[in-house]
Amino acid sequence: MSDADNRLVAVLGSIPYARFLGITAELAGDEMTAILPFADHIVGNPMLPAIHGGVLGAFMEMTAVAQLSVAATLKRQPRTVDVSIEYLRSGRPLTTYARASIKKLGRRVANVHVEAWQETRSAPIATLRGIFLVAPTED
Amino acid sequence: MSETHEQSRLIATAMNEGSPQARALGFSTLQIGDAVALLKVPYRPEIVGDPETGVIAGGVMTTLLDHASGQAVHAALATWTSIATLDLRIDYMRPAIPGRDVLARAHCYKITRSVAFVRAVAYEDDPEDPVATAQATFMLDSSAGKKAGANFKPPRTAATGPARTGGDAA
Repeated sequence: MSDADNRLVAVLGSIPYARFLGITAELAGDEMTAILPFADHIVGNPMLPAIHGGVLGAFMEMTAVAQLSVAATLKRQPRTVDVSIEYLRSGRPLTTYARASIKKLGRRVANVHVEAWQETRSAPIATLRGIFLVAPTED
Repeated sequence: MSETHEQSRLIATAMNEGSPQARALGFSTLQIGDAVALLKVPYRPEIVGDPETGVIAGGVMTTLLDHASGQAVHAALATWTSIATLDLRIDYMRPAIPGRDVLARAHCYKITRSVAFVRAVAYEDDPEDPVATAQATFMLDSSAGKKAGANFKPPRTAATGPARTGGDAA
């Protein structure tokens, strides 16, 4: 496994809430896809049923944190300053995927955009834009 | 308790008991009525975000603030209608105190025909010393025409990509 692989496994394995939600991730080179398998306990609206909007927000925030851990060796976990989440479509009872794009990784602050989708990559169900405090190692 | 408050209380209980994620996180509604909802999430090791500090995950705050905001919208409406979050902005001021339950107070301060606007704050003891604040908008009557189980079927637009919106170009 590469260093990035090791960092990804370490960061997701270390977050109890990521395990609680069942989040995993796959790495192809430097491109990471986070995976949220459907499960009953992530449902918000049982009538439709639809995945809880908060769970989708949490999933995308963790995707951003995991992507930052892949991109750089950090002294500690990135700290979220703020997130803006847009809900585009209902989260259906299916596996949800997410990818993050780091717009800037500075010495203190990182700007990250995330998109989550289910069956169709071009029809995202939610997006997140987040600001994170980071502490990259000096070397 | 007025009839409207009684209805809001029933909706809040249904949203906490009937929503599997809310049940999994142990949400309870401490107060509801007059467009305001006060919710609590109990501290548990399973919902921690950073094991080095024992601080509850930011994502749990997201879910709590979203859920509280939704109940505030219901508490602002005279009759029940389906709602869906359009967008949610969360600012994290400080880490939650490890080992402490977190409260969220949401206020639906404006309702139009189709949209509700909400502000919410998460804290342990004092709303003036927040863990996080949120600003959210909700679509009203969001499930219009959708039957129970609608999400088991693919949306009509799934095969063709993003849904087309608006009128025709002419």
